[in-house]
Amino acid sequence: MTVTVSWFLVLAAGLFSIGVAGVLIRRNALVMFMSIELMLNAVNLTFVAVSKELGLIEGQVAALFVMVVAAAEVTIGLAIIVSVFRDRSSANVDELAELKG
Amino acid sequence: MAETIVFIIFAAVALAGAVSMITASNPVYSAMGLLAAMFAIAVLYVMLDAHFVAAVQVIIYAGAVMTLFLFVIMLIGVDKPDAYGKQVPAQRVITGIVALGLFGSIVLAGRAAWITGSNAFGTANLNGTAEAVADELFGTWMIVFLATVMLLTIAALGTIALAYFRDVPEEEMVG
Repeated sequence: MTVTVSWFLVLAAGLFSIGVAGVLIRRNALVMFMSIELMLNAVNLTFVAVSKELGLIEGQVAALFVMVVAAAEVTIGLAIIVSVFRDRSSANVDELAELKG
Repeated sequence: MAETIVFIIFAAVALAGAVSMITASNPVYSAMGLLAAMFAIAVLYVMLDAHFVAAVQVIIYAGAVMTLFLFVIMLIGVDKPDAYGKQVPAQRVITGIVALGLFGSIVLAGRAAWITGSNAFGTANLNGTAEAVADELFGTWMIVFLATVMLLTIAALGTIALAYFRDVPEEEMVG
């Protein structure tokens, strides 16, 4: 039984689905954020696996760009979570249902 | 054979870390689960000959991003009670069905497209060293690279602005 690239793709699909489930069932903004990070990681794994399958380095470059965007997104998102927490003393997204500040 | 064993072990670690991340009631345990999943994914990158991406994964994700997450968890405190919040009836069941359906449709769509896994692993000649990645990154994708530089600068400025310009009454301002 040899490892083929499709094994990695199925694993990435599984990790992505777990990330989607995390966003759907959790109400803690931080854990939802971690689930989004997991989904980005799953997509990166897909990029790198297909890069291996095709013998092209571009997939790894795309994975690096995704990492950069994820890093920018984490800094902004965590800053928003912290500033929301300073106003409301909660990181639960159900308590942020109204737009009025 | 050794590759199969390594893949199975680290795929299991990644899946277990991901599941523990979404089921743990304490956000610190969630962060630890995500950390385990990220390290396992880094090992899988090494299996896929993406050595530089694996190093970046450990340094950026497992290092910087997870430290930032843990720092924010520390800052805002761990709100233990009611970690799942109010739930729509049968929300977990529906979520499980949606996630399984998504997984199945991704796999089916992938098979129907062109990835069938016919190539034996490791037949393609690819070596993702820092040099190989840099040749591509600073050659063909230079403009995109500069755009990401701008993106990171703007993100840093936005974070500073969010932390610094607060909507507070004048007398509470310090300095």
